[in-house]
Order: sequence, then C-alpha cells, then structure tokens
Amino acid sequence: MTAAPVTTAPASTVPGAPGSIAVKSWKAPIAFAIFTLIAIVLFFVVGRGDKEGNPTTIYRLSEPRDAIQLPPLELGLAETTIVVTILMVAATVGAFLLARAAIKVPLWLTTIFAVLFLVGFLTWAAAGATVPMIGLLAGALTVSTPLIFGSLGGVISERVGVVNIAIEGQLLGGAFMAAMLGTLTGNPFVGLLGAMVAGAAVSFVLAAFAIKYLVDQVIVGVVLNVLVLGLTSFLYSTVMVPNAETFNSPEKFERIAIPLLSDIPVLGPILFRQTVIVYLMYLAIFLVWFGLFKTRWGLRLRSVGEHPTAADTVGINVRATRFWNVLLAGAIVGGGGAFFTLAAVGSFGKDMTNGAGFIALAAVIFGRWDPIRATLASLLFGFATNLQSTLSIVGSPVPSEFMLMLPYVVTIVAVAGFVGLSRAPAASGKPYLKA
Amino acid sequence: MSTTTSPAPAAAAHETPAPPRSNQIMREILGGSAAISVLAVVLALIAGGILIILTDERVAETSGYFFSRPGDTLGAAWQAVSGAYSALFRGSVFNYATDRGFAIAIRPLLETLTFATPLIAAGLGVALAFRVGLFNIGGRGQMLIAAAAAGYVGAYIPMPPVLHLVVALVVGIIGGALWGGIVGLLKARTGAHEVIVTIMLNYIAFYLVSFLLRTPGALQAPGQNNPKSGPMLESAVYPSLLGPQYSLDLGFILVIVATIYVWYLLNRSAMGFQFRAVGENPHAAQVAGINVKSVYVKVMLIAGALVGLAGVQQVLGNFTGGFAAGLDAGIGFDAITVALLGRSKPWGVFFAGILFGALKAGSFTMQSSEGIPVDIVLVVQSFIVLFIAAPPLVRAIFRLPTPDSTFQWRKPAIDRKAEVSK
Repeated sequence: MTAAPVTTAPASTVPGAPGSIAVKSWKAPIAFAIFTLIAIVLFFVVGRGDKEGNPTTIYRLSEPRDAIQLPPLELGLAETTIVVTILMVAATVGAFLLARAAIKVPLWLTTIFAVLFLVGFLTWAAAGATVPMIGLLAGALTVSTPLIFGSLGGVISERVGVVNIAIEGQLLGGAFMAAMLGTLTGNPFVGLLGAMVAGAAVSFVLAAFAIKYLVDQVIVGVVLNVLVLGLTSFLYSTVMVPNAETFNSPEKFERIAIPLLSDIPVLGPILFRQTVIVYLMYLAIFLVWFGLFKTRWGLRLRSVGEHPTAADTVGINVRATRFWNVLLAGAIVGGGGAFFTLAAVGSFGKDMTNGAGFIALAAVIFGRWDPIRATLASLLFGFATNLQSTLSIVGSPVPSEFMLMLPYVVTIVAVAGFVGLSRAPAASGKPYLKA
Repeated sequence: MSTTTSPAPAAAAHETPAPPRSNQIMREILGGSAAISVLAVVLALIAGGILIILTDERVAETSGYFFSRPGDTLGAAWQAVSGAYSALFRGSVFNYATDRGFAIAIRPLLETLTFATPLIAAGLGVALAFRVGLFNIGGRGQMLIAAAAAGYVGAYIPMPPVLHLVVALVVGIIGGALWGGIVGLLKARTGAHEVIVTIMLNYIAFYLVSFLLRTPGALQAPGQNNPKSGPMLESAVYPSLLGPQYSLDLGFILVIVATIYVWYLLNRSAMGFQFRAVGENPHAAQVAGINVKSVYVKVMLIAGALVGLAGVQQVLGNFTGGFAAGLDAGIGFDAITVALLGRSKPWGVFFAGILFGALKAGSFTMQSSEGIPVDIVLVVQSFIVLFIAAPPLVRAIFRLPTPDSTFQWRKPAIDRKAEVSK
C-alpha cells in the first residue's frame, strides 16, 4: 500500500510510536496482571470456605500397575496459594519491567507463569480431594488426539491457502467411515484407511468448489459440515441402527505398551500406553513440522499460501499444489476422526464429534498456523476439557460450563490480537486466478 | 492488487484497490440468475432422491435380481422417491389425503409458515451482514442469547398483558443485537475475522445459556432438576393468528415487518446506502468518506437483532412450555443457507425461508409415513447451497451457456464513450 509509509513516516520519528523499532508491547504484562488478579480473587476472596481448616490436595503420580512407584504429592491449600500468588505477582512485575525496557516477554516466563497459575488453580479447585494425575493427563491426551489431527490438517490446508472450516465434517466423515469399514472387514486398519479416504473425500469437494469453481471457501466449509452431518445422520438412521451388528460394531484398536518407554514415571503410562492411532499422531506431528519447514514440499506449499503469484512465476503449479495438499489435509483429519470410533467410543453415533472440529480450528489459529504450536494448543484445549470432567468428579467450585468455554474465549482473545500476533497465511482464503 | 492511485479520473476507475474477496463473492451471489436458483433446488431434490433410493430396503431387495427383472427395481425406486416427495408435499403444503375438509387439509401450509418464521428472521440477519461483506455464522449464539433474555422476562417477570410481550420481545432483540455487536466491535477495533469470532461466540453462548439453565434463580424452572426454563407466562406468549387449531402466530407478522424493514433499510435509507457501499468495496467506501468501522458495528448490531428475533420466536412462539439449550434447533446454520438461496435480498430471503420451512415441515411427515429420517433435509439443504454457490457447476450440468466473458457490465460509462469516439 502506498498510503502506509506516507502516514507512518512522520510518526516514526516519535519515540515509542508504532513505526519505530523499539516496540513496547503491554499486552503480555496486562494479560499476566489479569490472571494474577483472577488468582487472587479465586484463592483469597472466593476461597474454599466450604472446606474445614487447611485442606490438602493430593496429586497421585503413579497408578498401582506402574513399575516405578512415585509417592503422591501433597500440597496444602494455604501454603500453595500464597507461594503461587507471590511468584505470579513477581512474574507480572518482571513482565512490566521487561515491557518498559522494550524487551519482549520471553516464552519461558509465560510458560512458568501458566504452570504456576495451573498448580494454584488445581490445588484450590480440588482442595481436600485426590487428583489422579496420570488419569487426568492421559484423559487429556485422549481428548486432544482428534483435535491434534484436526489442527494438523487445518494447518496444512491454511498454509497452502485454503481456509478449512470443514474440519468438523472431515472428522465426522472419518469417524463414520471408520466404523462402517472397520465393522464390515473386521479390521481396524482398514477402518482407519477408510476414514482417511472419507476425510480426503470431504476435502475433495472443498478443493473442487474452492479451487475449480472459485466458490468462497468459508461458505463451502460451512455447508460441507452440514452436508456431512446430514449424510452421516441419515445413513446412521437408515443403515446402521437397524443392522448395528453388521455395520456399527468395529473392533477397537488395542492399547500397546512400548517396552521401557512405558515404564518412565508419569510420562510413560500417559504417552506410551496408547493405541496405534496415537503413535501415528506422534509421527504425523513430526512429519508435518519437518515437511513444512525442512523440505522442498513445505517451502512450495507455504509459498503458494503466502504469495501465489510469486510461486506461479517460479514455476509452481498453484492450483495443483493447493488441490493435492488440501486432499492430504483431509486425509489427516479423517484419520483423526477414526479415533472416535476405533479407539475412544467403539461405535458411531449421530454428531459424535460434537464441535471438536471447531476446537481444532481454534487450535490452528491459537497455534498461529504452526504445527507444533497448534499441537500444543490442542493439548491445552484437551486438558481444559478433561480437567473439567475430572474436577466435576472431585467436586469443584467452578461451573463446568466455564471450563468448557475456555478454548473459545482464548481463541477470541487470540484473534483479537491481545496475545501475541495472530497472522494468517497471506493468501489463505483467496482463490488464485491466473492473470 | 493495484496500489497506485493516479490523479486521472478515468484511470482511477481501473486502479482503485480491488475489494476483498468476500465482497466479490457477495456480488456474484447477488448477480446470479433466478434460473440457477430453481435448477439448484431441482438438482438438490434429485440428489436427495438418489440417497432415498440407495437406502430403500425394497430397492435393495429387488436389485438382487436386477438383470432378470429390472422393472421391479425401477418400480421400487420410483415408489420410494414418489412416496417420499408426495409425503413431503402432504406435510408441507396441502394434505390431499385427508377427508376432514379444507380447514384440516390446509394446515400443513400454515405449519410451513410457522417453521419458516424463525428461518426468515435469522436469514435476514445473515443476509444483511452478507450485504456488507461479513459472514455472520454466529446465528446460533445470537439466537441463544436473545432467547435467554426474552425467556427470562417472559417466564419470571410478571407484567400486564400487552406490555409483557413487548418488553420480552425488546429485551430479547437487544440481547441478540449485543451478541452480534461484539463481533462488529472486534472486527472494527482489532480486525479479528468475523467467521472465527462468530463460531467461537456460538459455543460461548451455548455454554453460558447451559449454565444459566441449570442454575436455580437464573433460568432454571424453580423446583426442577432438568436444565430447562420454566414455562412462559400467558401474557408473554405470541397470540395465535388464525385460532388455536393452527400454529401460526404473531411472529409471522413480525417477520413480514422485519422483511419490509430490511428492504427499506437497504434500498431507501442513507444507512443502507453506506452498508451497500461498504459491501461493494470497503476501500472505495472509505475514500468516499464512509466510516467503515462504524458500519461494521452497526450492521452486526442490526443483524444480531434480526437473528435475535428468531430466538425470541422460539421461546415466545414455538417452545412456550419452557426451553432448553438446544432451542436454536440448527436455525442459526440454516439461516446461512436461507440467506444464500435468497441471494441476500430481503424478499429473496423471505421466500427461501418459506421453502426451507416447507422442507422442515414436510420432513416430519416423510419420517412418520415413509420412514425416511428427517436428516435428509440437511442433505437437500446443503446440496442446494453448494449448487447455488457454484453457478458454473449448474451451468455445466444443464449445459447452459456461460455468460459472455468479454461483456464487461461494470465498465465505467466514461470508458465506453471514449471507445465509441475512437
């Protein structure tokens, strides 16, 4: 834009103005302050008057069957909340000082702050009860698995320049096809393959309409979600319900414990006593990250998503690149959909993804279109969801609805630009017309 | 994207920044012909018919000996489809099978209008935002918040008859407007993409209303354990239009008024002119002195209010016995399809809403008499929108001529004169 430099040129001489190099960002310290305030209110104003004396929260770190037993961790409510609050205040002050010196708040500080808040919150919310850490984290991974697959597919699709609102439909289609084929063949691997094909099929419609017919990608995505919901619900009622034995009772994947690795305390049982789909997920995370940032394929993909005209000029076939990568993204998401029917539940149900695709979309944005960050965002959202169900068992003072709301609120905060910079690939959502 | 601005007026017409993609899409949807709409509906019904045939049991049985007696299979297929679509007609327009007189036979048509009422209201909200180039996918959230607000007033705050209805209606509409306004505000202030914000706000509204519905003293019916509100007080319920034997109520009149209002707003008012200008090209509108950011906020307030009207309809008209968190019944998403089929024009939305209302009303008869799940409506509806949104596809299927690409109907008049004088 020619207008931009003209207006900012005089402003950039003013120190601290947006045009100058030393940018002071107050967003992080303000966010820290808000969370510290929330913590103080929760810990000391709301408190746990319903519990007598100074209740302790017991964190159980190993399950009885684990090889290496760790003693449970006991944290007293008063000590923990006081220590956590002091540290959080210190981190907030530090963040303000850093911001005043125009230094970006480092990631490690944010991480430590988040962990502090979480420990304080958990100790407060579960005061007087036992928190099974293994169960909590393993459950979080289970909830996160389809989200991670969904967000990886979302990242690929958006990085190549096609907005993928249809993640929900791809997950649901994958879940349906996995149940159907898994039951018909009696082989969960065929089910998984079928799920990937189903996801790719949804992607095919998205790609065909968005790339060939230049229909708006958001419209196609929204409509595809409705279409897949309608189709799977229709076929579920007409085909699966009358003959559940022949169509809707797939064999589930067995959990496989990886020798040695699964004996690592805490992490082992969570990460390495899982189904094949989860191990494939680890592989997929690595491959997507490596592929996007370390290979020629990834460079081409990203260039098509950022600046299709430039990519075209150097001889990259923009439309073909988009088409095949959107298909690939759909296959990955579809594979995640198989997790619902072949690992988690064991049969298909109407609308069983229940908005997971939209949480995955949120994770893509919150993860700033980066596979690793999107995975972490998915894990965070999965953790929040599972924390809610764990806390509702131990009896938490926070209404479960607010915990479930968290991913969505966080995403709005992220897209509104309060946390870091959230910038989509430049050409995402724009069809490419060769001049 | 061209960024230079030349002082010569003729050249400037060519070199203003191209409008964002969503604005172009809006123009394409507006510009499509009515023939495409009709053909899209026909195609979608054919696709639905294929689905019915594929899942029909008799067809499956007879197809086992298709090559010896193909007539059986074809006959079964015909029976399945004609049975389904005649049930759809009986359930949505005129029940010719009844012998209890015209008053009963015409009831399905009024049922259709009842189903259409919230669809039209929400469709108008989506369509209005479309005209400004915004995707309002937040119908669900706006409906829920409006319904919760109106439902609270309607169920728990006793008031004199007419006043009660008016207050509940207004409170609900304000609720929807505010929930929509958040989107406009975030879009204007921070540039947050409205699609993401509306999707997220849908879920936030859902959990918020779920929480209120299970909290005694908020929306939950006193002395109840279910997450459900108490019944609406008699004074807040929409009065019936044609007597108790028909379900059509005041809401339909309100929706007609809303349609006229949106028509007036878009075509006859200064604000509507600004809306359309921003919808055509926000950069140009900005240059012309229109405050684009304020237009975003205003249009989302009004769109939220219109969708809110649909939410109010649900609690004060359709589920007067108390509502649960599923009260939106997918209308928030259906509204998108209604707006697209109606080409985002007020009266287009009105008739598209009636068509989808007919599909909904008829689907229940289809399920009860032919055993076809109501979900078929979702399939037909999404097919309609896919076909509508892709005119080239429909043209290819029906081998219609492509509009002449050399004809540039948006070319400035001044250029054409220049060419003639050459």
